[in-house]
Amino acid sequence: MSLPAIEVTSLAKRYVLEHESRHDSLRDTLHHAARKLWRRARWGTGFEKEEFWALRDVSFSVQPGEVVGIIGRNGAGKSTLLKILSRITEPTAGRIALRGRVASLLEVGTGFHPDLSGRENIYLNGAILGMSRLEIRANFDEIVAFAEIERFLDTPVKRYSSGMYVRLAFAIAAHLEPEILIVDEVLAVGDAQFQKKCLGKMRDVANSSGRTVLFVSHNLGAVQSLCTRGLYLEKGVCRFVGPIDQTVDRYLRAGLDTSSLAVFSKGEPAVRVDQAAFIVTATSPVIEVDITIRSATARRVAVEFALSTGAGTPVGLATSGTFDPDAMVTLISGDQAQRWRIDVSNLANGAYQLNVQLVEPMIQILTRIECPTLIEVCRGPSQPGHRVMEQAWQAGAVELPCIRS
Amino acid sequence: MSSPDLPTPALPPEIVLEAGRASAHYWRDLWRYRELAGLLAWRDIKVRYKQAALGVAWAVIQPAVQTILLTFVFGKLAKMPDGGVPYPLIVLTGLLPWQLFTGAFSGAGNSLVGNSHLISKVYFPRLLVPLSCLAVALVDFSVMLALALPCIVIFGVAPGWQLLLLPLFVLLTLVIAFGAGLWVTALTVKFRDFRFITPFILQIGVFVTPVGYRTDFMPNWRDLLALNPLAGVVDGMRWCLLGGRSDLYLPGLAVSCGVAAMLLISGVWYFRKTERQFADII
Repeated sequence: MSLPAIEVTSLAKRYVLEHESRHDSLRDTLHHAARKLWRRARWGTGFEKEEFWALRDVSFSVQPGEVVGIIGRNGAGKSTLLKILSRITEPTAGRIALRGRVASLLEVGTGFHPDLSGRENIYLNGAILGMSRLEIRANFDEIVAFAEIERFLDTPVKRYSSGMYVRLAFAIAAHLEPEILIVDEVLAVGDAQFQKKCLGKMRDVANSSGRTVLFVSHNLGAVQSLCTRGLYLEKGVCRFVGPIDQTVDRYLRAGLDTSSLAVFSKGEPAVRVDQAAFIVTATSPVIEVDITIRSATARRVAVEFALSTGAGTPVGLATSGTFDPDAMVTLISGDQAQRWRIDVSNLANGAYQLNVQLVEPMIQILTRIECPTLIEVCRGPSQPGHRVMEQAWQAGAVELPCIRS
Repeated sequence: MSSPDLPTPALPPEIVLEAGRASAHYWRDLWRYRELAGLLAWRDIKVRYKQAALGVAWAVIQPAVQTILLTFVFGKLAKMPDGGVPYPLIVLTGLLPWQLFTGAFSGAGNSLVGNSHLISKVYFPRLLVPLSCLAVALVDFSVMLALALPCIVIFGVAPGWQLLLLPLFVLLTLVIAFGAGLWVTALTVKFRDFRFITPFILQIGVFVTPVGYRTDFMPNWRDLLALNPLAGVVDGMRWCLLGGRSDLYLPGLAVSCGVAAMLLISGVWYFRKTERQFADII
């Protein structure tokens, strides 16, 4: 086995949070210093400095050619890890050995200047990402074609639509050819079709040429399909390193034990929906949702299924009991498995996020969980020659019935 | 038959990151990223006159107005001695180095905060950012010089061999501006106060530096003025451009060189020392 491309040993990063004041200016600092002296003279203590360990004792190694997904909740230290690996900030302790040229993509379009044209920004951004002028020139046509901006090459990018801007930015980044590529959550932009294209490009990059890739994303589907290994971070500590499926599994299961992010419950831990038994089955034209509700007492609740697009825009609500008290569901004390069917025949093709929540209508939300995977609606036309609405058209997510009278 | 010996592929460069360990390849990286410094400078130049109707004409208007104004104030109102040289030329030859210094110093001083989006998202040797500002100032200087030289000749002053020493004075100006700019820009990352200090220094500087007057006729003040490292440079550049029609004050020049070296060394030292935290506090 060759030497690992990335070798991280007991890496730690500490940030110091000062609670008393922020001193952005000299005056604040002088003022602060004076007060600190005063306090010390009187009470013998200074201000409290809270230490925050963004990363603690993280060790792992990556072989050349491996594609590693880093997953974890917000604040788990994923971005800090990438920042250290890409040499933007330095570690507080530990050692990292990187073998190969590193390029990192922590943000799409870093250093784009709004007043410069698309052509000029390709050169500028390419150089910022570490490409030489020759490399950029060699890839120039490919970048322009990938971004689909041929006609607007000489327009200042400030007049670009946000979609064009992102496409151009990603196209440049996708043509980087380093030995080690570090990618933060950059695919969460653009429409669904472009996201798909980006993922495809990422896959090409990863599969061909044996490049080493570190990839951070909250899109578990993308992580699972791209990566071979996974690293699961929780509160700055590395909880698991191993095959990607096991890593994702660990991560999802961890969501079950804590009640922080995915599981939302307020005041009423007595009712909850079992995340592990939350199963969505697609059967055209309806989706079947299996849930298990655990309740401490017998009671009546409304069950709500909220659909939103992959980008988070709410699309609609399927409910039993929210508007009609008679349709509320009676729960018994204990576990109860239920199967619900939701008609999605009017939804445009594309990906959707499904949330389930139990509600006392107009009073409170008892519990809410997110479906761990996105639901992909893809229908063919009902008759030859017809077409099907696509979410990617940006015309909305629901096709409304329309009859001429 | 055995296959021909393939050359063993060169081992990829190994980078080691550790707490408190300065990157071993810093200066080599700086060289490798030189293209980026050029592009950053090119960006700043390119963007400056975008959507300005008069465009590059501004590069002429500003110094022209300043020359007229300073000629009026020092030459006509204050009646400073001109030593037989047309007064506008005294001002023009003082403004050239002063503008070079102003551009390089204020550009370098604001460079890190102005590029904070880059600092917090990509790696490159941070010294590139203030360095690219020097290039911008140098381009501006070249344009102004190209316009000023014909003016000098038109006013009847023929430059002499002294003109050949001009690059040395340009270099000296840039070193002083760079050293001071490094201090200011590194400090601005933490204390934004220095954003206000820079224009303040420049406002005072235009008077305590012999931009609008020549020092050779003020022996009482000359030594005091020489404490300002820019005085020696401005005097020297005037001497170059006017073909020796003003004196070169060597003690003043010695002060300039000494201060320049000190600023450069200490500036680079402080910048390198604080550089590693830039991304965390910017």
